Amino acid sequence: MDRNHLLRQVAYMKNSLFDQGYLDREQFTQLEELQDDANPNFVEEIVTLYYNDSARLIQNMEQTLVNRPIDFVRLEEILHQFKGSSSSIGAKKVNDACTQLKEYCSAENTEGCSRTLQLVKQEHAVLRTRLETYFQMVREAG
Amino acid sequence: MKTLSLLRFNSALIVDDDPLIRKIHSEVLKSLGFQTQVAKSGKEAVDLYRAGANFDIVFMDATKELRGMGVSTKIVGVSSECSESEIEAFILAGLDLYYAKPLTDANKIIPLIEDLKNKSVPNEGPKKTM
Repeated sequence: MDRNHLLRQVAYMKNSLFDQGYLDREQFTQLEELQDDANPNFVEEIVTLYYNDSARLIQNMEQTLVNRPIDFVRLEEILHQFKGSSSSIGAKKVNDACTQLKEYCSAENTEGCSRTLQLVKQEHAVLRTRLETYFQMVREAG
Repeated sequence: MKTLSLLRFNSALIVDDDPLIRKIHSEVLKSLGFQTQVAKSGKEAVDLYRAGANFDIVFMDATKELRGMGVSTKIVGVSSECSESEIEAFILAGLDLYYAKPLTDANKIIPLIEDLKNKSVPNEGPKKTM
């Protein structure tokens, strides 16, 4: 396939991610600006690092909701760290779900927390798939 | 790649327990011509100083331990919370400047550093408090 065509696909995919609210345009663009010849895969490395770390954090959050009594303080601490990382890559929908989770956590609402944590997990997984496809395309375009 | 000649300010220490933040902040500072080092915690940062390391600027999540040992380097607090009480805590702990995480916009850092340069005296290294 012609390279220009692939590059257009890449641009189209990226804009979709922004327009559909999966990624924050400004944040993601700033990360891309840090990529250069000395660091040609910087953005993909950052995203990989994020997913390695965030999977663990989600597991830890799930664990807090299984324990009795529920340690809402601990849950909020983990969530705080998770939200920080998600913001760093501009994971918008994930972040919005985190904000909801934070509210239920502050209110010590167990059912609300369980429900919104599932939402966080879902958005996290969807974004992962979208980004994997995106980076695959980036690599193909060369 | 942006370059900036910051003659006296060219070494930075990034302190954060999140490897993602360490990587991103390192990259941003490197893009401005800094040599960077990372530490996972305030304790690691203090250990680095104790071992004789010195930095022109430190970006970290908590400043109490470093100030406590008489470090006179400029310290920039970086946090994902923007609450007033957090900012107050940072100032009380001896912070020079405060910034919201993540610090990915290199353009924002330049005026911050210019400002610190103008306020600073030559860095004599950690002052002994004992």
